[in-house]
Amino acid sequence: MAAEQSVKRDILSQDLEFRPSPQARRLRSFIFLILSNLAVIIALGTLIILIADVLISGTPWLNLDFLTRADSRFPNRAGIQVALVGTLYMMALTIVIALPLGVMSAIYLEEYAGKDWTTQLIEVNINNLAAVPSVIYGLLGLQLFVRWLGMGRSILAGALTMALVVLPIIIVASREAIRAVPQSFREASLALGATRWQTIWNHVLPYALPGILTGNILAASRAIGETAPLITIGALTFVPFLPRDILDRFTVLPILIFNWTSKPQREFHDIAAAGIIVLLGTLLLLNAVAVLLRAKLQKRY
Amino acid sequence: MSLLEASIMRADASAKEQTLAQPGDPAYALEARNLSVFYGSFCAVRDVTLPVRKNMITALIGPSGCGKSTLLRSFNRMNDRVPGSRVEGGVFFHGQDLYAPNMDVVDVRRRIGMVFQKPNPFPKSIYENVAFGPRINGWHGSKSQMDELVEASLRRAALWDEVKDKLKQPGTALSGGQQQRLCIARAIAVQPEVILMDEPCSALDPVATLKIEELMQTLKQDYTIVIVTHNMQQAARVSDYTAMMMMRPDRAGEMIEMDETKTIFSRPRDKRTEDYVSGRFG
Repeated sequence: MAAEQSVKRDILSQDLEFRPSPQARRLRSFIFLILSNLAVIIALGTLIILIADVLISGTPWLNLDFLTRADSRFPNRAGIQVALVGTLYMMALTIVIALPLGVMSAIYLEEYAGKDWTTQLIEVNINNLAAVPSVIYGLLGLQLFVRWLGMGRSILAGALTMALVVLPIIIVASREAIRAVPQSFREASLALGATRWQTIWNHVLPYALPGILTGNILAASRAIGETAPLITIGALTFVPFLPRDILDRFTVLPILIFNWTSKPQREFHDIAAAGIIVLLGTLLLLNAVAVLLRAKLQKRY
Repeated sequence: MSLLEASIMRADASAKEQTLAQPGDPAYALEARNLSVFYGSFCAVRDVTLPVRKNMITALIGPSGCGKSTLLRSFNRMNDRVPGSRVEGGVFFHGQDLYAPNMDVVDVRRRIGMVFQKPNPFPKSIYENVAFGPRINGWHGSKSQMDELVEASLRRAALWDEVKDKLKQPGTALSGGQQQRLCIARAIAVQPEVILMDEPCSALDPVATLKIEELMQTLKQDYTIVIVTHNMQQAARVSDYTAMMMMRPDRAGEMIEMDETKTIFSRPRDKRTEDYVSGRFG
């Protein structure tokens, strides 16, 4: 036994000389800590300064009149009502169009499509579409919806264009949510004689719902903030009347804000800040709804 | 001389076995005939002929990777879910090939149920877990008939007394052994003829395992059971017939032999079976 051990002397049986150099290692840790803290301070600091600046110049203008008045050539008579309504209209319509399309595409890709090269091609293209600059969607929307389909510069044309912008986001988020549903549920359901659709309807969609809704609300926030595609399709910057229906012309908050900031009068810059507060508030509200919905739905399972 | 005699007798016995294994014999609930299962170009199970006797428990044993689960999952076409899977040969059920082009896979799975390795109740109430199968298969019983069906299924799965006061509670809140019996109740509720069990006790403690094994003995009066198990004692305890599988050098699984369980465990024909059941490898 002893002889066998002496034969098997390897490097681990020798005394290895370690040089721990604790100071140098600790110093390096410390430097890294400082650097990463600095990065956070820069990122958050910018945001805080931005919000503070907006709040300081915008708050005095923020009142009920501001919310319920249409745009005007005079800053003390201008309000955001038309743009706010336009934004809400467009966001709702965008989701109504994009949600079924996106979720159904995700279901097809996850549950029905085989894993061959066509699926991979579609997959690559969806990921690429998510990265396409939104102004290009605007050009597409201008040609397709505004001109060819004769919708004009309407809310419907804007919502359809915006649906194209957010569709990849919805598809990617829904696919991830669907993929997260354990295979064992699908197998259990299929083994009982359920069809694929019964399995999807009863066991895949309910468990994927929180993730799908979160993805959709994030897509909605994106749709609220987007400006470029709507400018391209000609969402007018000066609309003094509320839209009567979805085929009426419209404007949205970001365009209104952009329009005000490009005016020379200082008061317009201040009411633009007030508009930004409303826009940020709406975004924050949406995200809060997303978080709450997620928490509520997840408790059920 | 006696050795020769013995081998002749054995050959006779296997010849008799062969004549018994006539296609479509009513004593068989399910028959694999020259069944090979492929995943793409990889052959996972090669040329298995396995008759499954009615109202008996047939165990599939063998070392890891020998294709037991693949074979089991080909009996209700669960392998269809794997992209690129295909079979050669056939699995016959009431004289019909399950893999015939006009066969309705949904109906196959209703009549040949499955219990999985890990208990997988739906994250719904105990009641809904059992009621789901009949409902999606188009059973239009009244509320009270459904209650009756749920109760009968849970009784047969020996779970009723433990859950009758909490049918509205989620199935996932039960213990592992109870969850597995819930899965059995769920499978029973759609009136299958055959129940496939893929290592149903491997995630359970010995007490829960014993309960499932006892349950299997009562279930076989009404159903035919095929069970895959890693546990040789379990195969010896519960099954009437045992099929021994091994992995060939090309990694395809093949069936070494099949016989009554007591024969497999006392005097198997194949040396590899003897080594395996006596715990010399695997």
